[in-house]
Amino acid sequence: MVNNILVYIEQRNGQIKKASFEAAKVGADFASKFGSQVEAIIIGGDVEDLEKISGYGVIKVTHYKNSDLVNYSSSAYGEIVANHAIESKNNIIVFSNTSMGKDLAPRISAKLDCGIAMDCTQFEYDGDDILASRPVYAGKALIDVKINSVKKIFTIRPNVFATGAPVDGTAEIVVNELGNLNLKTKVVELKQSEGKLDVAEADIIVAGGRGLKEANQFKLVEELADQLGAAVGASRAVVDAGWRPHSEQVGQTGKTVSPSLYVALGISGAIQHLAGMRSSKYIVAINKDADAPIFQAADYGINGDLFEVVPALIEEIKKLKSN
Amino acid sequence: MKIVVCISHVPDTAAKVSIGENGKTIDPKDVAFVVNPYDEYAIEEALKTKEALGGEVIAVSVGTDANKETIRKALAMGVDSAVLLKDENPRDSLSVAKALAEEIKNQGAELVFFGKQSVDYDNSIVGQMTAELLGYNCVSVAVTFQLEDQKIRVEREIEGGREVVETFLPAVITAQKGLNEPRYASLKGIMAAKKKTIEEKEAAPCQNHVEVVKMKRPTPKQAGKIIGNDASAVPELVRLLREEAQVI
Repeated sequence: MVNNILVYIEQRNGQIKKASFEAAKVGADFASKFGSQVEAIIIGGDVEDLEKISGYGVIKVTHYKNSDLVNYSSSAYGEIVANHAIESKNNIIVFSNTSMGKDLAPRISAKLDCGIAMDCTQFEYDGDDILASRPVYAGKALIDVKINSVKKIFTIRPNVFATGAPVDGTAEIVVNELGNLNLKTKVVELKQSEGKLDVAEADIIVAGGRGLKEANQFKLVEELADQLGAAVGASRAVVDAGWRPHSEQVGQTGKTVSPSLYVALGISGAIQHLAGMRSSKYIVAINKDADAPIFQAADYGINGDLFEVVPALIEEIKKLKSN
Repeated sequence: MKIVVCISHVPDTAAKVSIGENGKTIDPKDVAFVVNPYDEYAIEEALKTKEALGGEVIAVSVGTDANKETIRKALAMGVDSAVLLKDENPRDSLSVAKALAEEIKNQGAELVFFGKQSVDYDNSIVGQMTAELLGYNCVSVAVTFQLEDQKIRVEREIEGGREVVETFLPAVITAQKGLNEPRYASLKGIMAAKKKTIEEKEAAPCQNHVEVVKMKRPTPKQAGKIIGNDASAVPELVRLLREEAQVI
């Protein structure tokens, strides 16, 4: 049986998401393991730099195109991906575990009646079986799962798999213009937080907790985030207190994140918070309480008053940038 | 209108997790179980919809007798009745969805709410799968919900913003935190819940596609270094981030 691979490439506003290149690379790794081929599918209107996918070992890209598909439609996208997967006879489908991937992948699993492993962070092989490792309980534990159906779907956590440098390659690009679509679910408006980075996608996160004492002190967090080009995160305590929106919450009832750098300001490190951010590559904690559990997870800590330390840190970063 | 709310029974988020003897699941000993936190938003939205438009709210859960504790909490919040689809064996997400879809079809419910994910296996997929199996429309991760003349308008959270989605009944909606403020069960509600029925049925049999091979602990992180106690440590912190970690 040839395990050919299909990778779902995600676009928003006509631009391919970084996480999709990671998915393509994972697909290419599967293909080299199984001696098979990897192709890609993308749905949308006009897409910029589609040929960039060639750099990740993809031999063919099918672009389903219609101006009504610029925004996500769960019903239409689901049907297109499922039909393509059936016709192209690919056995393994890889998505990114983004808000679109999380919505779309399970529909394909139900349509194809096949197993799915979500939010994978590592793959190993047992003969021809793929063992997918994924965090559960927001990272308090991991499970290795094996999919026993012939067709298999994996979604991969963004920011975990390195893409490496693009390789030489030319993928065949097939544009499939679609006629009139009847969208059962339709995005009628996109409300984007202007210029705001989302914690789930950011490479650096600066997060604040109760130690900031009051909502308007969050400007320290925002200013440091600004200087570092980071997203602003928050602990559950400050979200529940109404200081910050839930979209910024990191932890078990918020978002699970894996940035390169996580800076925790005045966050003690409750178990549900640590679960959500412990897989960050580097963690910095600034906290007055020497016994705060966050120091157990931190690579670098300053056990001091954040109201003194953070302004100094902002100045130091500014200095660094002006040099 | 018949509204179904699907609920799951999960360890409290404050619980420490230890791996059970089978090496595949957690050890449930000494772990407090609760209504999945996101399901509380689903229950609240179902109740609000019933209060506005009339009808009844039925909770459906797949699992063992242990789930009854969670189901009672939903009944105490104001859910009218409940169905427990029993299965002693663990099910993968698609098998859970198949059991739920069959029961929702039996009930003839047009509107179904789920929490956007269970905080145990964190898949966030059963709602979308159930919708697909039923051929219902579906919007996941809802932070607002409006229903008028069969038409639905939902804002769903995405990276860095929201999508405003329009669709129509029959539909499945999965609830994100922020959709509403779940009510507390009143004493009267708790008393009334004792008299409400939990219908028990065998969950429709089906085969799992996904098998858990083993559960592992995450690699423990080595506690790092405390660089200092005040602002004088900042230059050293910045140097480490630049030279050792190379992240800024």
